[in-house]
Amino acid sequence: MASASISTAKPLLALERLAVAYGEIHAVKGINLVVGEGELVCLIGGNGAGKTTTLKGICGLLPVKGGTIRYDGDDITGRPAYQLVRRGLAMVPEGRGVFGALTIEENLAMGAYARNDRAAIAADIEHVYALFPRLKERRRQTGGTLSGGEQQMLAIGRALLSKPRLLLLDEPSMGLAPLMVQKVFETVLAVAATGVTILLVEQNAKLALEVSNRGYVMESGEITLAGDAKSLLHDPKVRAAYLGA
Amino acid sequence: MNGLTLGSVYAVVALGYTMVYGIIQLINFAHGEVVMIGAMVAYTVLTLFAGTAVPPVLQVIVATLAAIPVCMLIGYALERVAYRPLRRAPRLAPLITAIGLSIILQHLAMLIWSRNPLPYPQVVPTVSYAITSGASPATITNVQIVIILMSAAMMAGLLLLVYRTKLGVAMRAVSQNQAVAGLMGININTVISLTFVIGAGLGAMAGVMVGSYYGVAHYQMGFLLGLKAFSAAVLGGIGNLAGAMLGGLLLGVIEAMGAGYVGDLTNLCQLSSWSDALAQRCHAEPYLPLFGSNYQDVFAFMVLIAVLIFRPSGLLGERVSDRA
Repeated sequence: MASASISTAKPLLALERLAVAYGEIHAVKGINLVVGEGELVCLIGGNGAGKTTTLKGICGLLPVKGGTIRYDGDDITGRPAYQLVRRGLAMVPEGRGVFGALTIEENLAMGAYARNDRAAIAADIEHVYALFPRLKERRRQTGGTLSGGEQQMLAIGRALLSKPRLLLLDEPSMGLAPLMVQKVFETVLAVAATGVTILLVEQNAKLALEVSNRGYVMESGEITLAGDAKSLLHDPKVRAAYLGA
Repeated sequence: MNGLTLGSVYAVVALGYTMVYGIIQLINFAHGEVVMIGAMVAYTVLTLFAGTAVPPVLQVIVATLAAIPVCMLIGYALERVAYRPLRRAPRLAPLITAIGLSIILQHLAMLIWSRNPLPYPQVVPTVSYAITSGASPATITNVQIVIILMSAAMMAGLLLLVYRTKLGVAMRAVSQNQAVAGLMGININTVISLTFVIGAGLGAMAGVMVGSYYGVAHYQMGFLLGLKAFSAAVLGGIGNLAGAMLGGLLLGVIEAMGAGYVGDLTNLCQLSSWSDALAQRCHAEPYLPLFGSNYQDVFAFMVLIAVLIFRPSGLLGERVSDRA
């Protein structure tokens, strides 16, 4: 089943029989997943399939119940989130996680919290502003005053400021207007083009598969399908379950 | 001036409550005891200096510098040992723990410093300056001036820290969303510890100020002071730094005014037209207040009750709403 999922690139992230519990519920039941260096991989599935729980397990936001997480060759299972950022593993959480009472500039500065190279941080903030001019216009406003789409831009820009090698994106299109969804996916592609490895969790399976190299399908805590994004897009089971065709 | 001085001290102590509440939504009822221990440590150092030729101002500075690290250590220990294990517990558990810690610290202080009020050595003689003219001018003492200026400096320093430094932004980030703050690379535990340590350091200085102002230290002094500062924090809007400062100053002034006027306002002789007996009595003794200035402490809690009834989020408190 998973033969197509084995990436030829050197794996940057490898989940081996990863199990994560969300409270009493075993939301992720021993999954295997690999993201190769430079790849854009998506993890799709319905509500409650365990996608977000998987990401939270990787970042140390939820306790891992079994299995291992390898990042860049090292076992990082159970490491707290703040240590992982320093190693280049960043996550944009579900619901964006913008600090509503902090200004946009402060939000971005927090993205670079683990760094100490002031000049380079300032340059990178300018780079984010160039990517999202709306943020520059509103740099002194608080994050809470932004629209959902702008907050997503801020959240992605903030994550980029940690100079990630691997970016985990949790439902970046959630709750956004169609035009904004388009913009978010363009951004994801642009970020991937700069060489950042991405693991994208999405409910919008069609768009996610269109931009990804490979995809995994998750259902009640288990990976049920994996493979090349193009072939998943045409897989009758995926089409029936997630693409409404 | 008495009100402003008291108010400055309340404000500094209230900051300790509000900082901790802002970051982990815990009312650290042991904070008043941290202030008391600050006063006690400084007392001990000052008595050690007694009879030496060390300049008095230097004595006070050394005493304060001794009190600060002790209080910081206690602040750190409280969080590390008592509150951190309860961070995911229901909110009532850390609250009760805080009250328990307050009692423990009081009794430890009683064992160390005895149960008697300790006379604070008046190393710096008090000098009074008249600031208005007239028969009974308003006065301000050198001690009051120092307390007000020191408090203002501490408040300004804290605002700079919280709004202009990376640590300050991180503190505000943690107060909003701990999980996301962790994703930014912020070590949440360090930031929370530092919040307790900074609050305790401010508390230590407040303790020295209270001790030198009233000229006495007692193992229970932190209780009432803590409750009043807590009221001040609630008055300003708990969790809000500017609110704590405003609340503290207001409370100090309200208390001083209340203490000053409660006698006049409740003077029974105002009612002498109601009864001949009372009129006769007042003829001999025109000042028969129902409540004296010893009712001063009541005002802080009247304010607390009024705020809780009419404006529970405090003067500057944010309406509880979360966009984003």
